[in-house]
Amino acid sequence: MTSTDDKIQPVAGLSRHSDAELAARAKAMESILVEKGIIGSDAIDYMSSVYENEVGPQIGAKVVAKAWTDPEFKARLLADATKACEELGFGGMQGEEMIALEDTESVHHMVVCTLCSCYPWPVLGLPPNWYKYPAYRSRAVRDPRGVMKEFGLDLPESVEVRVWDSSAELRYFVLPMRPEGTDGWTEEQLEALVTRDAMIGVGGVQSPGA
Amino acid sequence: MDGIHDLGGKAGHGPVVHPDDEPVFGSEWEKRVLPMFPAMAIAGAFNLDGFRSGMEQIPAAEYLTSRYYEHWMHSMVLHGTEAGIFDPEELERRTQHYLENPGEEVPKATKPELVEALKQLIPNGDDYRRDVEAEPKFRIGDTVRVRPEASTSHTRRASYVRGHVGEITHHHGAYVYPDSNASGLGEDPHHLYTVRFTAQELWGDEPGAVNSVMHIDLWEPYLTTP
Repeated sequence: MTSTDDKIQPVAGLSRHSDAELAARAKAMESILVEKGIIGSDAIDYMSSVYENEVGPQIGAKVVAKAWTDPEFKARLLADATKACEELGFGGMQGEEMIALEDTESVHHMVVCTLCSCYPWPVLGLPPNWYKYPAYRSRAVRDPRGVMKEFGLDLPESVEVRVWDSSAELRYFVLPMRPEGTDGWTEEQLEALVTRDAMIGVGGVQSPGA
Repeated sequence: MDGIHDLGGKAGHGPVVHPDDEPVFGSEWEKRVLPMFPAMAIAGAFNLDGFRSGMEQIPAAEYLTSRYYEHWMHSMVLHGTEAGIFDPEELERRTQHYLENPGEEVPKATKPELVEALKQLIPNGDDYRRDVEAEPKFRIGDTVRVRPEASTSHTRRASYVRGHVGEITHHHGAYVYPDSNASGLGEDPHHLYTVRFTAQELWGDEPGAVNSVMHIDLWEPYLTTP
């Protein structure tokens, strides 16, 4: 049905798909892939479950907390994050080669993929929607301070901002600064403070008293 | 390809909407689409670069207004059709069928060898590093200019750095070259560098980028001496 509304749209054939339409399309694809022996229902359930329940930012938080409490591990992490994460049993798809970026009093790092959605899956899991959508991808390289403010992080101008655009098969994540007021804390206690946003670099780590 | 996906530095996309309680998958169907990526790649429908290239061929207005896994489905259907896996008419017929019968489940079948393959792939990944005989043309500390030419096919030479001058901060070795691999022209590995640009060089006096630098990973053919 061609309505008047369709005829006056700037782009012919542009349609917004409902969730029901997308679900139907995914089922249609799955039914064909299953019939042709390209995928199995068990493989679908297995992989989705891994990323829904096992691989997520809690892994990156373990890496960060370990680096905060073990200076030798931290040195190895900054020298070769892939190997250091492997020591802890973490690595793999979409993080075959990882690089950890250390925040200091004078430098703050932030990670983006302007061209698609490259993200260190083994330590952070699947990326959140905002990381994949146009607002972040367009602005992170041109207005990093404005983006950080929208996440509640207002850095002084004296702190240098270093943005990393993941355009190849190297995957970046941030080692944030250990917050004040955590002397003597265990790794487990520290892990709970580390957020996904801090490891992307759009947020800091809150002091426990803050 | 100089498409809408090449978003770095573009204005008008609004604030970053970042709900704190976003689930890993927004809908059940997203869980079904994610594993189609390794399954179809293993079946030879596409490689990683070709998959990205497929997403870049989404009509521009649709690219900006569609969900992330819709982008994936678009590329999967494009490559799956070329590979003879999907017949567009059959796909459309089944889509209509499931739309009219939303409670109907997809017939189930197992593929244990794919589960085993995923158990290897997820913790180990793939390897894009390659050995090449050619010596790297550039060294850490060198000043380089990104080639300014337009692009008609897949590339990772983002538009916001084209023509700009930066400094090489890292040399990583040689990697599969996306521009070639995405088009089915082979891996053609080249040296890969991280290049640093000042915000001043890229944007001038941009208030949101005071005292900031941008790094991006660029393959040797993208670079020239200034």
